[in-house]
Amino acid sequence: MVRTQTNTHTVRYDCCSTWSCLCIYITRFRCFSSSHFLSTHLSPPPLSLSFSADGNYLLSCGSDKSLKLWSVSRGTLLKTYSGHGYEVLDADGSYDNSQLCSCSSDKTVILWDVATGQVTRKLRGHAGKVNCVQFNEEATVILSGSIDGTVRCWDTRSRKFDPIQILDEAQDGVSSLKVSEHELLTGSVDGRVRRYDLRMGQLHVDFINSPITCVCFSADGQCTLTSSLDSTVRLLDKSTGEMLGEYTGHKMKGYKLDCCLSSKDTHVLSCSEDGHVYCWDLVEGSLMLKLPVGKAVVQSLSFHPSETRLLTAMEGRVQVWGAEPEETEEEVVVVQQEKA
Amino acid sequence: MASDSDSDGDFVTFGTPLEPLEEDEPLRKPVPLYEQTVKDEKGRYQRFHGAFTGGFSAGYFNTVGTKEGWTPATFVSSRQQKAGRQNARPEDFMDEEDLGDHGIAPRQITTTADFASGRKDVIRDKARAITSLSAPIPGDTVLEDLVAPARSSMGVELLRKMGWKDGQGVGPRVKRRLCKQRADSATRAFGSASPPNGSSESQDEEDGEFVPENVTFAPKDVTPIDFTPKVDLHGLGYRGLNPLAALRGGPGAGHINLFTMDSDRTNSLFGEDRKGQRRRGGVAGQGFGVGAMEDDDEDIYHRDIMSNYDTVLGGEEPGNGLYGWTAPQQYNRKKKDHSKDAAYLGKILEGFTLASDKLETKTIFPPPNLPRDFRPVHYFRPVVDLSSVSPMVAQALQTSRGHMAQEEPSKGGRHQLDSAQRRELLGEATLQGPSSVFDLLKVEDRERLSSLRRPSSDTSSGPRQPTPGEARAAVVAAGVAAAAARASAQKALSSRFAPHAEQQQQEALSVWSGPTAQAQTGQTFKPFERTPHKQARYDLYIDQLKQGDRDALELSLDPTMTEWERGRERDEFVRAALLYKPSSSSLSCRFTRGKQDDGVEADTVEVTRDQENDVDDKQAAVKMKMFGKLTRDTFEWHPDNLLCKRFNIPDPYPGSGFVGMPKVKRDKFSVFNFLTVSESPTASASPAPQGVKPSEPGKRSRWDVSGQAGDKERKEKDPVSEFLSVARIEASGSGPEASTTDGPTTDPTVEPDTEQKEEEEEEESRPSMDLFKAIFASSSDEKSSSSSEGESEEEEEKEEGVRSKAGTGPQISNQLNVNTTQPAPPVSTTPSQHPDILFKTPSGPAAAPPPRDQEMEEEEFGPRLPPPSSTLTERRPSPTPSAKDDKHKKKCKEKHKAKKHGKHKKDKKQKKKHKRHKHKGKQKKTKKEESSDSSSEGSDGNGQEDGEEGGGVSTEELLRRLKSIRGKNLQ
Repeated sequence: MVRTQTNTHTVRYDCCSTWSCLCIYITRFRCFSSSHFLSTHLSPPPLSLSFSADGNYLLSCGSDKSLKLWSVSRGTLLKTYSGHGYEVLDADGSYDNSQLCSCSSDKTVILWDVATGQVTRKLRGHAGKVNCVQFNEEATVILSGSIDGTVRCWDTRSRKFDPIQILDEAQDGVSSLKVSEHELLTGSVDGRVRRYDLRMGQLHVDFINSPITCVCFSADGQCTLTSSLDSTVRLLDKSTGEMLGEYTGHKMKGYKLDCCLSSKDTHVLSCSEDGHVYCWDLVEGSLMLKLPVGKAVVQSLSFHPSETRLLTAMEGRVQVWGAEPEETEEEVVVVQQEKA
Repeated sequence: MASDSDSDGDFVTFGTPLEPLEEDEPLRKPVPLYEQTVKDEKGRYQRFHGAFTGGFSAGYFNTVGTKEGWTPATFVSSRQQKAGRQNARPEDFMDEEDLGDHGIAPRQITTTADFASGRKDVIRDKARAITSLSAPIPGDTVLEDLVAPARSSMGVELLRKMGWKDGQGVGPRVKRRLCKQRADSATRAFGSASPPNGSSESQDEEDGEFVPENVTFAPKDVTPIDFTPKVDLHGLGYRGLNPLAALRGGPGAGHINLFTMDSDRTNSLFGEDRKGQRRRGGVAGQGFGVGAMEDDDEDIYHRDIMSNYDTVLGGEEPGNGLYGWTAPQQYNRKKKDHSKDAAYLGKILEGFTLASDKLETKTIFPPPNLPRDFRPVHYFRPVVDLSSVSPMVAQALQTSRGHMAQEEPSKGGRHQLDSAQRRELLGEATLQGPSSVFDLLKVEDRERLSSLRRPSSDTSSGPRQPTPGEARAAVVAAGVAAAAARASAQKALSSRFAPHAEQQQQEALSVWSGPTAQAQTGQTFKPFERTPHKQARYDLYIDQLKQGDRDALELSLDPTMTEWERGRERDEFVRAALLYKPSSSSLSCRFTRGKQDDGVEADTVEVTRDQENDVDDKQAAVKMKMFGKLTRDTFEWHPDNLLCKRFNIPDPYPGSGFVGMPKVKRDKFSVFNFLTVSESPTASASPAPQGVKPSEPGKRSRWDVSGQAGDKERKEKDPVSEFLSVARIEASGSGPEASTTDGPTTDPTVEPDTEQKEEEEEEESRPSMDLFKAIFASSSDEKSSSSSEGESEEEEEKEEGVRSKAGTGPQISNQLNVNTTQPAPPVSTTPSQHPDILFKTPSGPAAAPPPRDQEMEEEEFGPRLPPPSSTLTERRPSPTPSAKDDKHKKKCKEKHKAKKHGKHKKDKKQKKKHKRHKHKGKQKKTKKEESSDSSSEGSDGNGQEDGEEGGGVSTEELLRRLKSIRGKNLQ
């Protein structure tokens, strides 16, 4: 299991599964352009960010009521989408990068056309802030979870403005939402993770006892990752609900912070309120890395779908963390979400 | 030439005689042509004019006019009489002479072809067919058809006059036997041409036996022999293609085949020409290919089959081809019989024939094989009373060999059972409510009726039990008398309540004491079924209401209860009573009860069928990190069909009528639903505590967690949660507006100003604040959100106290102290509490946001969004002062503090009052209450150490601390 330091130099990241390997990997996480940071209180913080499906673009949304689309490789702002009436809380891109959906405190969900930046559809119906939004695989349905405790399924194909279905099983606000091929995973403030299996027509409710801040599917689709306000990230077996791993050490007490799995399901990453990104080995459960991002709360993070790149959001900055195993050719881009 | 009158008889005179010639008479001038006149039979002059009309006059001097002139018909068209379109016919312009015998349009009765006999002239048709075939150009008769004479010839007419009919032969009538000649050859050659003839003929033939001797028949028709010479070079019997058949595709098509089968012929005889029906046009037949338009190519190649030829000498059976399947049965059978007779080997008695119908052999089944151990002795089973046995057992008994007692014939069949017996058989519960008409009648009427009936039935019936109505009537009389006496006391009592409550009580009284309410015997609405004692009290209350007792409420309440409880129960009872008003008897008797059990509860609501398992168990499991079966619930969930389509997934429940979780009906009208709704403003009236994030996960009512009402409250969790789910359903349906109104679930989302409004409204209906304060302060557990007001206030006051004590200690560090000293995970400290509390308690101090934050996020549920970094830096312990900012914040804070300070002073005053009340209340309380109180206090005391940091500090505790601090300060 344990490898020597020299050995790890040659290890590529896509096959790194041991902690030692990760150590190297982690040391190479570096933020290059710290000089680019703005005085942060002027610029609204990005609240959420996500990679596009192919990982070439990233999408940040923030309290400046706008979405911003960035190129990951160049770090340039490509487009700004404005149309929300309040802070934008979450956004997602379709598989073909042709559409975006976003949700906001203004209780609306907006479907955007990427190229033109126009609002394709503005979906109203939630009774409160919409916390999270996701496309399904084929971008035929937008799923949005709101503070009103419902998940609404909006049809992007039809012209109707009514949701296809309203999932109102949550007893409190829905804080996080993920969609897989035929499953829908929601985390709610009532401390329960609900998995709607459309194929089986079943609803599985896992009781966590602490408000859920983020839920994720693992890449292999066998596990779910939940982070809750008791400062714990739990890896649960999807089919049985048994806990496979528990990851602690970070601080998540009051904010809705993200967690995620690495692209190969080797590591568990979570934001923390102490300004670090915590990274655990998935199997061992041991803390691999405490990546210092900044002094403030790391608000959101997202892992690149294929490469070992990590997005973090803090204080109006979006940082892309990358690691090159061989050389110093690291590509770290810092983009800033400025006031539009 | 002279002619005498006497010689007239001898000669026949013809024409007009010349006048006798006088010799001396001068020659008369002949009358010129233009003076010659013609007179008609009536002596009128007729004018010759022109040759065309034969010299008749037309009109008046050959004009269209008259002697008076020409008067055209006036054109008249009015609204009533529209002028019809006038079609002038030739007759309009004709004189009567024209219509006469010799006119151009003679009017006389003649025969027309329209009325000729429908029967075709078959013979002529045949002849024509022959000639057409033998003509140099086959099918030449087309021309003849065109120039066919309009009428039959004179010979035919003459024959008809002599009694000849179409289709008959000519000649003397013959007897039956003689007419056996056959037109076989003719029919064979021209099969399609003579179906009616052939069939009628053959029928005649067969009827012969039954015809009397003296009846004669017309001879058979004879086909004329064709004597047309053979002028062509074809072989004998060769027929060219019939263009008629080929082109028309009509019945003549059969001629193409040289050898037509019998069946074919009969088919064609009976008009079933399949080919003809299919072929509409185009050339077809043997030797022709198949056109593009043809469907199939069945006939292009001629297939000759041996069955076309006779294989037996002697020819076919007579008439076989003609009869076909419609042949008379007798004919066929007779033949068969003979063969059968021949086949019969035995000797047939003279005068007997073999039976045509076989005798049906009766099938006789052998008796069943008896089992070995069968004994032909009947064993009587013990009689089982059906009513005493469960329906399952009864059914099992019935299906077994033994029969139930009820089924014995002496009892009569099931038709003799009345409804009650049937109900027992089916195992149904007895219906509640008025079971007979008498229950719906007024008391007096009933008594009158029973008094009428009694003399007759007195002897037979024993001591009669007074009906409940009568009993009640008696009580009413007593109650009314007592009511007056109590009225004054009632007034005094009721003055305590707000006029609104008083009014409600009156309303309830008026409703329930009415005559209609008396009619309802069975009380179906039991709002407090879960607590039998309470339900009993409620029943008592309703009973007294029915009696018209004005202070029914006070009497029915439990005097041992605390004042607060009584007040609350009072409220509940009044509401419940108002809620379920008795409907008027006339109305209620029109409705029948639902037959299903769940239908009995009319006031039901749909709730999800599958309920989650016990949360406490799960919490324990989570604590032990035993995730898995214990923490997982799996429900049936129906996705929308369209959603499945969009996900490219087959619908797991095709044809299911609903989406989401399966719903069941549950009792909707638990009184608590309404209580919480109306009282929620009192809860929300207390502004959301600043220190606590207003996240209320679980969306439970605060009643769930407040220990105020003790176990009673806890029991009523269910209706509340049910109501919540109802409200949520409604909210999701009706959008954002609904969610703000559904009471405690969205307490914190209620806008402050609306809260205030509601508060003001509520102010009228609820008891004075003092009462509440007294109750709240004295109650043991202070974790409810309603009391959190006090809590937060206390906290602040405490902070202030600390600050004033510590002098210049920075406020933030103070807060941080609170933060850092929080030791244990909250789960362990308060295990039995509801998760939302758990959530609240740790996160409250941990987040410990300054007032500004709280104001910002007052509306929020759940985990907060990450703050803007500015606030974040402020709350971070590490001194990273973006100085300007912080200063600003502090200033703001200070301002807030100042403001709050003013408020708090007021509050403090109030609180002092409350304390006084509290003490009073305590003194009033019974022993039992005190004991519970002390125990809870004790537990509080236990939890004091950790409660200090845990934020789950009870109000009382805080109050105590505050007092001590203040006391120190004063010193």
